[in-house]
Amino acid sequence: MNSIMLMLSDANTQWVLVGTLLLGLASGVLGSFALLRKQSLIGDAVAHAALPGICIAFLLTGERSLIVLLIGATITGLLSAYCIQYIVSSTIIKEDTAICLILSVFFGFGIVLLTKVQQLPSGNKSGLDAFIFGQAASIVGSDVKVMAGAAAILVFITAILFKEFKVITFDPEFAKGLGLPIGFLNFLFISLLVGVVVVGIQAVGVILMAALLITPAIAARYWTNSLSKMIVISGMFGAFSGVVGTMISALGQGLPTGPFIVVTATAIFVISMLFAPERGIIAKKIKQKIYYKQLNEAGTKGRVS
Amino acid sequence: MLNPVDVKNLTVAYQKKAVLKNVTFTVPEGKLIGIIGPNGAGKSTLIKAVLGLIPKASGEVKIYNKKYRAKDRIVGYVPQRGSVDWDFPTSALDVVLMGRYGHVGWFKRPSKQDNQIARECLEKVGMEGYADRQISQLSGGQQQRVFLARALAQDAKVYFMDEPFVGVDAATERAIIDLLNELKSQGKTVLVVHHDLQTVKDYFDDCLLLNVETIASGPTEQVFTMENLHQTYGGKLAFLEQGKMMVEQK
Amino acid sequence: MSYEAWILIIGSMAGITCGVVGCFLILRKLSMLADAISHTVLLGIVLAFLISQSMNGLYMLIGAAAVGLLTAVFVQLLHSSGIQEDASIGVVFTFLFAIGVILITIFADNVHLDVDHALMGEIAFVPFDLVQIGFLPPLPKAFLMLASVLIINLVIIVLFYKEFKITSFDPQMAAAIGIPVLLIHYLLMGMVSITTVASFDSVGAILVVAMLIAPGASAYLLTNKLSVMLLLSAVFGVIAAVVGYYAASYIDASISGCMAMMNGIIFLLVFLFSPSKGILSKRLPQKKLHEQIGK
Repeated sequence: MNSIMLMLSDANTQWVLVGTLLLGLASGVLGSFALLRKQSLIGDAVAHAALPGICIAFLLTGERSLIVLLIGATITGLLSAYCIQYIVSSTIIKEDTAICLILSVFFGFGIVLLTKVQQLPSGNKSGLDAFIFGQAASIVGSDVKVMAGAAAILVFITAILFKEFKVITFDPEFAKGLGLPIGFLNFLFISLLVGVVVVGIQAVGVILMAALLITPAIAARYWTNSLSKMIVISGMFGAFSGVVGTMISALGQGLPTGPFIVVTATAIFVISMLFAPERGIIAKKIKQKIYYKQLNEAGTKGRVS
Repeated sequence: MLNPVDVKNLTVAYQKKAVLKNVTFTVPEGKLIGIIGPNGAGKSTLIKAVLGLIPKASGEVKIYNKKYRAKDRIVGYVPQRGSVDWDFPTSALDVVLMGRYGHVGWFKRPSKQDNQIARECLEKVGMEGYADRQISQLSGGQQQRVFLARALAQDAKVYFMDEPFVGVDAATERAIIDLLNELKSQGKTVLVVHHDLQTVKDYFDDCLLLNVETIASGPTEQVFTMENLHQTYGGKLAFLEQGKMMVEQK
Repeated sequence: MSYEAWILIIGSMAGITCGVVGCFLILRKLSMLADAISHTVLLGIVLAFLISQSMNGLYMLIGAAAVGLLTAVFVQLLHSSGIQEDASIGVVFTFLFAIGVILITIFADNVHLDVDHALMGEIAFVPFDLVQIGFLPPLPKAFLMLASVLIINLVIIVLFYKEFKITSFDPQMAAAIGIPVLLIHYLLMGMVSITTVASFDSVGAILVVAMLIAPGASAYLLTNKLSVMLLLSAVFGVIAAVVGYYAASYIDASISGCMAMMNGIIFLLVFLFSPSKGILSKRLPQKKLHEQIGK
């Protein structure tokens, strides 16, 4: 207990907690839309595809400035999302295969570049491999401000475009009929998704970033049937996972942050799946039992009469 | 005489909704039977439950007085066309050959004879010229004919067909119905999920009117009445008027 | 045999076995599940090590196959409880992978596995890790593992070719004629798991996904016959491994990364130039048509 108090009094830890809290919030919010748009795994591909972007940015500028690295990650992230959509729309290859293909090839390219970075005299100290699993502890104050600012902007944009995103998610054809610029909104949404992934990779890592998009969102889905409530709940679950995961990983030496955030989020999901009223497994089982009983009783009565 | 299909008190439920409730009917051998009812009446579900593809909540299904087992190979099934991947790397002949897989058995390859049978089945549906086409390069009607050929290749005694007439052109519809009559003349029993009330009287010897529960089943001229249609379709007027015309037509 | 020859042989064998299994994954729309399994076998390997306290390949295969199947089962459970499939996959694999990473970091001192190795593989060291079995000369462990998995996979595919084919093409029909669709599904998942673990030492968990999916995707765009697709996929797997190796030694970078990249390049070429399904071949007739209409 003491160690937790000690940790919380540390200024850098406080910053990191604020950062992961905002990150969890933003990814919970955008993840809800991604889930309903069935684009959850595109987030996974984008996260993996961020690796080559980070490496290229580092190789070009030779310095580890977070903003520069994030710009690199954004470019390759967007490129990967575009490639997936292009492959799906122009060939018989289905989306899952396209996602897998792009994810692994971009990641392979990233690994190639990473080996080159590590051969540089400055590369060994670059700490770029922290991006693979996330190392929240390595985040410094200035990085947190970038992260927090970006996360806040993402949430803000999503909030003002809430009803537009809602209608293009639920019924794109209808949205077209309303005269909404579908193409632009889709592009904007993918950009926001890439944005949140890119912001998150330093804390959670490229491989596990997808969890922060998916897990809080489906956990939230169990508690409500309203989109706006789902997004709020998902944002809270995400924020909670971010904070708890960061605290656990800060307790030990060199523990990666991402995996603990993911485990926390999954625990919330399992609890939701089992115990949520109405939609939870246990509640559903009970209802089904009652219904079968009624059905059987009605059946026997029917035969008698 | 043995009844090809005998269903008693079949109930199927998805979560809290009963899709089929106490459905009971028997089907005589060597007939064409239409399964008729509105959307959501449970027509496809009925077929799947009979074939054991989905679990039933209660009830009993017998095929030729025995519990249905796929390995007895007496049942042929033509699912709705939506259920397959049209981009699959396979040709029309190859699809028909799949109908023989039940006969070939584990670990073995289809023989020359199986190949021959598949070719004959393609010929019967008038598709022999398209044997090597990739299936996505066929029109909707042609795809449906290939699927029928596959069912023929199964060489079963009872056939279940789920909406074989949906999305096909008039020529294919004609070809399908000829084929069904040929199957009938060979003493086979064919159950067809059907949508179009106009053609019921022309196509089917027997009918099963279904809307979650059995409304009526038996010879078409007895069962296909205004009253029964009323009960089956409830207040859906368009259908009813159409139905009325059809009933009075003959 | 020379060092280089061993790497080429091992890479090619990984290419063949992944390429063949991958075709079925693509056709059954299970690519993402394979991606998931390739991540979660890490947990299987760590558990196998922690329980057996050895790096014995057999234990690793068993552990990986078990966790791989567990992944497939979990995904199936979540999916049938009403969660959409992509999200089920996302939840399950990130969780199991996270547990694997945590275990490795906690037991870092006595696990001779480090995370980088697990992700990227170390094909460069594979020829030095020799074992001797019976009267055979000492052979690289990775070679023996890949050879056994390749044989197992090929035997299974040859024996159950038509079952795999029909359950991929039309699962409803397959179930109706009495083929155990679910069993075939788990059989394939088991094959993916052991394939992943056998390739693990050489190319790493994530890059194995490239070897599983990319050759099959390229082959898919070139043929309308399943048997040809399987063959082409194996050939592409080998080409990517061989060219990837030489590219890696030329630019002095990660071998497995280059193999994955080469798979991507092959796909890009096919994507552009495939005679029937490529982008350019689709464009050209259209252009000609426009020109004709223009006249």
